[in-house]
Amino acid sequence: MTTLTAASNVSSDLSKPLPKGSSLWALGWKRLKRDRYAIVCALIVAFYFGIAFLSKMDLIASPWDIKVGDSYAPPSSESFKMWLGADIFGRSVMYKTIYGTRTAIGIGLVVTLLSIPIGVILGSIAGYFGGWLDELIVWFYTTLSSIPSILLLIAISYALGRGITAMYIALISTSWIGMARVMRGEFIKHKSREYVIAADSLGASHFSKIFKHILPNVSHFIILNFSMQFMGAIKSEVILTFLGVGVQGIPSWGNMIDDAKLELARGVWWQLTGATVAMFVIVLAFNILGDSLRDALDPKIK
Amino acid sequence: MATFLVRRILGAIPIIFGVALVVFILFNVVGGDPALMMVGKHATAQQIADIRHEYGLDQPLIIQFFHYLKDIATFDFGRSYATRQKISDMIANGIGPSLSLTLPAFTLTTLVSVALGLLVSYFRGKVIDRVSVILCVIGMSIPSLGYILFGQYYLAYELRWFPISGYDYSFPGRFEYLFLPMILWLMLSIGYDVRFYRTAMLEETTQDYVRTARAKGLSEPKVFFKHVLKNSMVPIVTNVVLEIPLLILGSFLFETFFGIPGLGSITIDALHNSDFPVIKTMAFVTSLLLIFGNIVTDVVYALVDPRVKLK
Repeated sequence: MTTLTAASNVSSDLSKPLPKGSSLWALGWKRLKRDRYAIVCALIVAFYFGIAFLSKMDLIASPWDIKVGDSYAPPSSESFKMWLGADIFGRSVMYKTIYGTRTAIGIGLVVTLLSIPIGVILGSIAGYFGGWLDELIVWFYTTLSSIPSILLLIAISYALGRGITAMYIALISTSWIGMARVMRGEFIKHKSREYVIAADSLGASHFSKIFKHILPNVSHFIILNFSMQFMGAIKSEVILTFLGVGVQGIPSWGNMIDDAKLELARGVWWQLTGATVAMFVIVLAFNILGDSLRDALDPKIK
Repeated sequence: MATFLVRRILGAIPIIFGVALVVFILFNVVGGDPALMMVGKHATAQQIADIRHEYGLDQPLIIQFFHYLKDIATFDFGRSYATRQKISDMIANGIGPSLSLTLPAFTLTTLVSVALGLLVSYFRGKVIDRVSVILCVIGMSIPSLGYILFGQYYLAYELRWFPISGYDYSFPGRFEYLFLPMILWLMLSIGYDVRFYRTAMLEETTQDYVRTARAKGLSEPKVFFKHVLKNSMVPIVTNVVLEIPLLILGSFLFETFFGIPGLGSITIDALHNSDFPVIKTMAFVTSLLLIFGNIVTDVVYALVDPRVKLK
């Protein structure tokens, strides 16, 4: 596998096209297409993204904060907004669940899109250059990962004031570490491979070796990490919001579960059900999809 | 062994320094004026100045940092702003309840998961294996708060099998309150763990030594319990290392939920009271616990895997 990609890398420098080999990505895509569960899960994830987008555009579940029924009105099938009943203020739990989807997807996107580039860049620099730079970066992430994330988050929300920004910063500052570790390890392995040495002897710069030659060969780790981190961010939001250091003022699954803590004793189960089921389905989809991606993109399996 | 330990502990010093630096920056540099946060908006200038003086906040940052390092080295963390208690006493009182919950819960979870993982990998490819893999994936996708809320509501409130929340400092008495959190802890981690151990053990079964063991006529149970289990110790310890930070999160979650007066509850209370010295100390002390836990597991690693050299 590596020799194949290595060959195609060299060829691009010599601008002489080789017969199209099966790259890791093409092979992975071919395998994934055959995996029915993976396709279903990808569709589920796409559905959640769609819901979040429609909610962001105010096309569905808007406005969520108006009274649509009695306080704690039980679920009924008469209208979509009452499918999951109403909360203490008579607001539609269905709308809150949809808005919570938007909150969760938003957190997942912000955290992954910011932390993955940080992890990739710092990890690849540490692995590629080695020496004091490597030691500094490793020291930095070992230090950060030695502070329990919940404490780091509490400390950050204390320092910056509670709310969603503090949560973003806290989640980003811990979630880039996993990516950086993987990238560092891969770059250490790859930097002495023949194709990199070949690129070097052709006069490739460090920048070009890191981003044009090595990175494409380890890029499948980014996709794997993306699905894991996205799921992790969604789960963290719920726990942190529940502990009082997360999302405030807008509906989120964490807020809904927090409300449900006091509602259960009165027999009000719909808010807990809405948030838990919504979260369960997307986490399940990410779990299965993550496994399928790992199998599909594993260069060891042919 | 001794040199290994010494090296490992010396290696932890730059990390501890880094943690102290991060904590200091967050609380004393980024965090605005802690004195203002503590006394609130309606304080007089004199009150603020007194607080600043009491906590040494009127000195230059670098001096404050040196003072902080000195306090850390002597385990003198000052007093809580909200309760005026000595923070070191608060930690001493909180660590007992925290460990009474996390250690048994974690040990139980690991033992049960390893046993189930072994059992499931023994029946690999059979119906029991496939069903348990599906159950594991479903189990690990259910939100952890869902388990806790459901367990507290149904098992404690409806069925009255357990107390709903609370704690008793007497020795066997405390377990009456800790039993339900432990069961829920087991439930919410078992899905991930069993699947992880199953994969690790299946990887072992493809190794040459397993083929040799079978070829020399060992029965299948013997192959599993004598060879596969022993060799799976390395991935098992790896997973345990990875899960140590989760112990702290778990203790936060369960302690606030079930009213257990451990380190987690103390920190969440401090957050609600804007109790600056307590949060700052907790951030540092839990990091120390984590670093210490990592050293212990490294030693265990070296003990179970002869390939890890004790250099």
